[in-house]
Amino acid sequence: MLETALKGSPRYWGWLGILLAVMGIGGAMYMWQFTVGLTVTGLSRDVSWGFYIAQFTYLVGVAAAGVMVVLPYYFHHYKDFKKLIILAEFQAVAAVIMCLGFIVVDLGQPTRMLNVLRYPTPNSILFWDMVVLNGYLLLNIVIGWVSLQHERNHVEPPKWVKPLVYTSIIWAFSIHTVTAFLYQGLPGRHYWLTAILAARFLASAFCSGPAILLLVAMLVRKVSDYDVGDKAIKALAKIVTYAMAVNVFFFLLELFTAAYSNIPGHMHSFEFLFAGHDGHMSYVSYLMWVAAILAIASLALLIPPKFRDNMKLLPWSLAILIAASWIDKGLGLLIGGFTPNAFEGVTPYAPTLPEIMISLTVYAMGIFVLTILYKVAVSVKREVA
Amino acid sequence: MNNSRRSFLKYAGVAAAAVAATPVVRAVASSGGAAHGPEVGKLPTQKIAGRWAMVVDTRKLVKEADFEPLIEACHKVHNVPHLPDEKREEEIKWIWTDEFEHTFPEFMSRWPKGRVPTTLNKPYLLLCNHCEYPPCVRVCPTKATFQRADGIVLMDFHRCIGCRYCMAGCPYGARSFNFSDPRAYLPEEEINMEFPTRVQGVVEKCNFCAERLAKGLRPACVEASKGALLFGDLDDPSSEVSRAVRNNFVIRRKPELGTQPNVYYIV
Repeated sequence: MLETALKGSPRYWGWLGILLAVMGIGGAMYMWQFTVGLTVTGLSRDVSWGFYIAQFTYLVGVAAAGVMVVLPYYFHHYKDFKKLIILAEFQAVAAVIMCLGFIVVDLGQPTRMLNVLRYPTPNSILFWDMVVLNGYLLLNIVIGWVSLQHERNHVEPPKWVKPLVYTSIIWAFSIHTVTAFLYQGLPGRHYWLTAILAARFLASAFCSGPAILLLVAMLVRKVSDYDVGDKAIKALAKIVTYAMAVNVFFFLLELFTAAYSNIPGHMHSFEFLFAGHDGHMSYVSYLMWVAAILAIASLALLIPPKFRDNMKLLPWSLAILIAASWIDKGLGLLIGGFTPNAFEGVTPYAPTLPEIMISLTVYAMGIFVLTILYKVAVSVKREVA
Repeated sequence: MNNSRRSFLKYAGVAAAAVAATPVVRAVASSGGAAHGPEVGKLPTQKIAGRWAMVVDTRKLVKEADFEPLIEACHKVHNVPHLPDEKREEEIKWIWTDEFEHTFPEFMSRWPKGRVPTTLNKPYLLLCNHCEYPPCVRVCPTKATFQRADGIVLMDFHRCIGCRYCMAGCPYGARSFNFSDPRAYLPEEEINMEFPTRVQGVVEKCNFCAERLAKGLRPACVEASKGALLFGDLDDPSSEVSRAVRNNFVIRRKPELGTQPNVYYIV
């Protein structure tokens, strides 16, 4: 089936070429980081995780979000999602590959990473995150590939796929819950030490992930003849809207708890994120305000059906939502969690150019995988049509 | 075949060590420290304890100059590199100082203008707390950081993958990461050949001088402190730390987190 990825238009090959070029440049940057160490990043003793781990966290959400399509289709037999299923499963595959990529580029000693397998440590949440992420990757590859292959051969998928599908639905919740547990069980990190973090993670995943899927599906519709259908898009947009409303609500719950309790530790991160520390605004504070405004704007554009069902406006509303959730989770979560530090001090953190280039490489790698998988899917669907 | 011979030798070694350690375990048990047997007990000079602890007498440590010899003694014996100022944010610190309100943030108070108590107006010593329930050990995915039976939290520099989860887990900011090669900042003639230097990409921190305890010596900072730092077995009621904790008002950092630090401060 993979051979279908080898036949494509010049535009297809050009796109893959661009991605390979990005990977080449960033790959060289990574070799530099590998040689001289993580000193090429903006990380410090106080903000010891940054852009890489934030992207990892965001993309786990993107991977988990496939369930917002798979669940209605399999549990509620919502047939309109039929053409979205394969795109969602392959998006999950690409997202998990990027997650693993971001973990690897963040390691100080990547050549030793198999120590996690050689010395399995069940008391470490990172161990469980590795288990659930790799499990989810495997599940989605197997389910997506086998279903597609059987579709190509005009036969029903084998019976053993169904249980795997149901497992993957529950599993999707687990990957983002476990990722939240990485943070929410740490003493002394007030911004993360909250029982609602896992719920917030899921809410933000279930709005931003399907939003990305919808944008990509609309793009696929533009560049190929594969159309998931307006009905599916409208239904998923509705799901995105609900999830975003819940996401914003959960954030306000956090804000209330911190502000009303008046406990300094709980307020400091919010203060830093929105007002700067001691009145000195950092770029993060400005970005967080941008995120807040974008979040409200996305809700204003998504809640009224008149705007939401407008296919010209919808991509913009989704893009605004993605930007808001990315700032919140791809920057604010990590920087706010580490600032102020254990000594109530502020160490500014900003990703450096090499850090951003290496991150772009990981993204390019994921999009490369996604392009090829989507090419296969679209070719097969065209064959059987 | 090779493998089975090796594992046989391994088990034989473990068995021999267990037999050898038995009398020591019994001795500790009879002295009241039944819960924690010592992990290693071969050298006759070795210091053995149920629970190692340190007491910092902040009354005797006032000026920066009082701290310098202790910090230097530690950093010298452990090959802790001194990074240039522009790399301050990547600093490697095993033992260092900070203000009272940064060391004990939960004690923040609003003092009337010009009435800040002099006891607060001086540096405080910071180092790894070797917690009873260390969050760093709980989160480490490879057991590169682990707790010994006597409470000391150690690092295996060869096993660490540099994920820095322990740094996120430690609420005391006691851990440092080698963002670049630490050896580049160690003049060759100053290297202590009896202690390893580290490579880039691993986490490190104070080890309560486990290597010196094994030789029957006290930690380097304690030795250099002229009595301002006390060190000993908290499980032994007659040890100097037990007596100091019993007879003085002592506080610990962030007690509300339940990590049970083993560094006490006399204030």
